[in-house]
Amino acid sequence: MEARQDAWRIYRESLPILVVSLAGGIFAGSVLGSAGMTEGFERFPGLLLLLPAFLATRGNVYGAMGARISSGLHQGMIDPEFSWDRRLVNAVVASFINGIGISVVIAVLSWGILHALGRESARLVELVGIMLVSGVLTSVTLIFGLLGLVFASYKYGLDPDNLIGPIVTTLGDIFGVVFLFVAITVVGGIF
Amino acid sequence: MAAGGPEEPLDTWSIRSIVTTMFPILLVLSLLEMGSGYVLEALEETYLSNPTLLVLVPVMIGMGGNLGAILSSRLSTRLHLGLLEFDPRDEVLWTNVLAIMGLAATIFSALGVAAWTVGQVVAEPMALADLMLISIVSGLLLAVIAIVLSIAATYISYTQGLDPDDTTIPVVTNVCDILGVIVLSGVAIVVLN
Repeated sequence: MEARQDAWRIYRESLPILVVSLAGGIFAGSVLGSAGMTEGFERFPGLLLLLPAFLATRGNVYGAMGARISSGLHQGMIDPEFSWDRRLVNAVVASFINGIGISVVIAVLSWGILHALGRESARLVELVGIMLVSGVLTSVTLIFGLLGLVFASYKYGLDPDNLIGPIVTTLGDIFGVVFLFVAITVVGGIF
Repeated sequence: MAAGGPEEPLDTWSIRSIVTTMFPILLVLSLLEMGSGYVLEALEETYLSNPTLLVLVPVMIGMGGNLGAILSSRLSTRLHLGLLEFDPRDEVLWTNVLAIMGLAATIFSALGVAAWTVGQVVAEPMALADLMLISIVSGLLLAVIAIVLSIAATYISYTQGLDPDDTTIPVVTNVCDILGVIVLSGVAIVVLN
């Protein structure tokens, strides 16, 4: 019977954070399933191909930045506040380069794969434009949002290590698809 | 002032060092993710004629990794404490597996209901029974995959003398991310046909 009680305890401890992540995912899914988004997927072939990479890489870019900042705070290498500290600025600039750079690379890969397979694809400039706009907006929001939350939790005595994973996934899901929607609308208006 | 002046070496905190470490990893992961994107693109007609299925996609991409991360970090902590044996009769192992399956059953049932509700409002409605079946079957399959991967990755890093804390979670979360859409698509095709 003890094993069942232990399993129940693990269940109760883990459920709240999974429910938060579920809520973020359902919101993101609602945006993806909306008429405006599905029209975008039809109009720009290649977006569905790059969608999983776009949604998943952000966890890696900003999760890594969060883990670095958290270690830096624990080691006393940086202070928990926005400043022109060299380490902090470097970590932020590197995350911008990684986040925006990989978004553009994903657009080029998607275009290249469809062309190599002889399938219908949106124009390269359209896919790169959409990924550039959504990549820039997502980077700005996630980098500064994550820093603000990590600094605040550290000052309140919480260990950021336990919070970064769920924060990144939830913010990433929500803002990722919203800015993708914005980017499709903007680029759809230009071309 | 906790941080040092500019004369201190920035070593691993230089922009070049961070980018050159991360970018190749991101590139490989993106290429692998294209595999699951290819499944979405190939089933474009199914997804665009049933947009409610798209509501499931972000949770399917993220949740397997979340479950795997919870299990992996628990297993590696128990391993460090000497409380875990890689034996099919080990009670700690089965307790954790039971908890993960319970979490998956709860989360993916809730997802089915939520997706059905969203479908009624913003996307095109789908039958509740179909959505529940698709969400729960693909969710539980994904949970089984996450469990097998977590145990295998923890065991392999343990036997290779690697610290499972550094190796298992990135491997398990990324593999689950990639497989989520593939499992969802396979189950959806079977249920809808």
